[in-house]
Amino acid sequence: MVELALPNNSVLKGGKDWAQAEAAGNYKSFKVYRWNPDDGKNPSLDTYHVDLDTCGPMVLDAIIKIKSEIDPTLTFRRSCREGICGSCAMNIDGTNTLACTKAIADVKGEVKIYPLPHLEVIKDLVPDLTNFYAQHASIEPWLKTTTVEPEKEWLQSPKERAKLDGLYECILCACCATSCPSYWWNGDRYLGPAILLQSYRWLIDSRDEATGERLDDLEDPFRLYRCHTIMNCAKACPKGLNPAKAIASIKQMMVERKY
Amino acid sequence: MAKSKAKAANLNLDAYEIIEHEYDVVVVGAGGAGLRATLGAAQAGLRTACISKVFPTRSHTVAAQGGVAASLGNMSPDNWKWHMYDTVKGSDWLGDQDAIEYLCRNAPKAVYELEHFGVPFSRTEDGKIYQRPFGGMMQNFGEGPEAQRTCAAADRTGHAMLHTLYGQSLRYDAEFFIEYFAIDLIMEDGECKGVVCINMDDGKIHVFRSHVAMMATGGYGRTFFSCTSAHTCTGDGNAMVLRAGLGLQDMEFVQFHPTGIYGAGCLITEGSRGEGGILINSEGERFMERYAPSAKDLASRDVVSRAMTIEIREGRGVGPDKDHIYLHLDHLDPALLAERLPGISESAKIFAGVDVNKEPIPVLPTVHYNMGGIPTNYHGEVINPTKDDANAIVPGLMAIGEAACVSVHGANRLGSNSLIDLVVFGRAAGMRAGETIKPNTPHAPLKEAGHEYALGRLDHARFKKGEFTTAEMRLRMQKTMQTNCAVFRDGPILEEGVKLINEIWQDASEISVTDKSLIWNSDLLECLEFDNLISQAVVTMEGANNRKESRGGHAREDFPDRNDKQWMKHTFVTTDDVKKKVKISYRPVHDFTMTDEIDYIKPKKRVY
Repeated sequence: MVELALPNNSVLKGGKDWAQAEAAGNYKSFKVYRWNPDDGKNPSLDTYHVDLDTCGPMVLDAIIKIKSEIDPTLTFRRSCREGICGSCAMNIDGTNTLACTKAIADVKGEVKIYPLPHLEVIKDLVPDLTNFYAQHASIEPWLKTTTVEPEKEWLQSPKERAKLDGLYECILCACCATSCPSYWWNGDRYLGPAILLQSYRWLIDSRDEATGERLDDLEDPFRLYRCHTIMNCAKACPKGLNPAKAIASIKQMMVERKY
Repeated sequence: MAKSKAKAANLNLDAYEIIEHEYDVVVVGAGGAGLRATLGAAQAGLRTACISKVFPTRSHTVAAQGGVAASLGNMSPDNWKWHMYDTVKGSDWLGDQDAIEYLCRNAPKAVYELEHFGVPFSRTEDGKIYQRPFGGMMQNFGEGPEAQRTCAAADRTGHAMLHTLYGQSLRYDAEFFIEYFAIDLIMEDGECKGVVCINMDDGKIHVFRSHVAMMATGGYGRTFFSCTSAHTCTGDGNAMVLRAGLGLQDMEFVQFHPTGIYGAGCLITEGSRGEGGILINSEGERFMERYAPSAKDLASRDVVSRAMTIEIREGRGVGPDKDHIYLHLDHLDPALLAERLPGISESAKIFAGVDVNKEPIPVLPTVHYNMGGIPTNYHGEVINPTKDDANAIVPGLMAIGEAACVSVHGANRLGSNSLIDLVVFGRAAGMRAGETIKPNTPHAPLKEAGHEYALGRLDHARFKKGEFTTAEMRLRMQKTMQTNCAVFRDGPILEEGVKLINEIWQDASEISVTDKSLIWNSDLLECLEFDNLISQAVVTMEGANNRKESRGGHAREDFPDRNDKQWMKHTFVTTDDVKKKVKISYRPVHDFTMTDEIDYIKPKKRVY
């Protein structure tokens, strides 16, 4: 057996129970990962008690309530609160998802909240997404054409346009990438499901004229071929997209162009 | 500016690491307008930085749904002059017609450009960009029938645009500073010289020198309790401009979107009514037929929001408390809902538990958009009127997007006119910077350290021991705005609102921040955001109390009519941040167009 040592400061130790003098109410416990970069201590799991009768229905409502009323130091990203900006991706009840669209009622018992897995943590629930964003930029996510641009729009039939459905809706939340074991191991070189889904979005766009160049760029043992169809990505995607299918389609394009 | 304040308070500013940058152009904000301006400035060969407190695709443009207006004429006869007429009428004649002409003439070009960038627009059978009907958009100078003018990517147009613009911006040599929070402008002798920011990641202070700083910081919807706006919509640029001693314009004009989901406040696009959705009261009546016999459910947003409010007030609201309205889509073809409105079908399911194929969506007018903002001309240059020149510009400062008040939306914005505003004026600002700045022009040294004022505010907020938390102060402000500055406004309620909101402004200096860290201190940043919000809430309330007429989104029960004689003018408001006083003056509305190709559209009664 291979013996693996966990990095220093990665083991959870203890945690504060923010028990309050509970008035009558409908309380639920939230166990939240905390890590303070300033004190050099190990991360901990703090417990907060939230009265659901005075809280909105989503997990994001609960953590905002915790920040507003119990512990202002709790740190997390959030913006649109309606599942379109992708800021509040985190691991809730064992699954990567958006806190703003995850209903508290869907979690049985206490609600465990961790940052997205296998990323460096900046503080509490805020992970470092620098590498993820750099990988996104590396696929050159813009329309490439060589034909002289028309005065009006490029024509695209509804059938051609329909090929982009299930792809363009990606919100870059990284829930899929950080649920992928292959990305956990090779995240430095494997592009991962989110970025490959984006890649396929441009490959399959009838207006794009750089298919060959884009495929060349993916022809590499790591960038594309580390997908082992584990399918965690499709399971995690809070928008119901299927990155694994997009990756399979890219692999198919690779094969087809050889013959 | 109260530069000496930091010194006087004896704050420990040496505890912060300062990093200096020099750019030709610094854009603050990476939504639709900020990204379009960033790539335009970079294209023009200017050394360009774009600063954003969130990763670009998290900006609130991402949540725009219905579409972007341009008279392409793909699906109905159309003409930019008709678009212009509708926009002027929608603005209730408070829009500047030269700017509106610029917007509508350049709209088709801007949309084709977006398409060439790669925006995945929905398509017509012959492969052109799909366009849907939207509120207030008509053919033949308002005569009708409705114009299909709103270009759409299903009901995710903002998302499609923002992601595409971000991708495009990566092609150019612009530098992004992501998760940097802008604190204040650097002003010297009435000119803007740059922007001071904090890097949220490590707490270092970054001083950006610029020949032009562009505010693309969006609206301030979060001054209200219930809004469609993101948590990050705190109007930081507007507040920075106020603190710089400059003014904001028409801040009393706040748009309520007719269809926010009851309770959650999440947006349901006007495109749902464009595709055939109808509003129904508790008696099963399609009441918009009474209020707007011709446009019905597709009347302008202010008209529909008022009609809904009246229905609820007169006891015809739905639900156990009769306090909202139903939006029915269940009579529409499920295939159409799946193809054209998939996003809101999902939102309705998640946030209202409603299957749109079977049940109506409970909706309520919800704060959505700020027509007011930083006054600019149609090049995006910020205006600070002088005695002799109502259109005098502030050197070195521009504003675009929802933060700006060009003014193309006047007293009420038409749906789908904001996305086009972003790209047309984002593009215009980039071009203007290209015309006025020579790349890599050296920066003259500042007379005194540019960051002291901003850093003083930051340090003060961080260590102040006050009796209130940010969250409780924010809630007080939001409830006050919601109660006293709503769809309908009335003298005594506004008077009370002015008193209450000024009390909160006074108390704002008594906030305590718990988190003292410099790394990702969101407690501190929310405090600074609240400080930004409260000044805007104050000028909004004061402006609403001051304007004794009803126009567009500003409806006074005690002054129910539009009064062109006295009030066809822009409110221009400045604040004294130390004395906490507001000063209101006025700017004339431009009663001229940009070219001779269209005449000034004269005011008349606004009927839909």
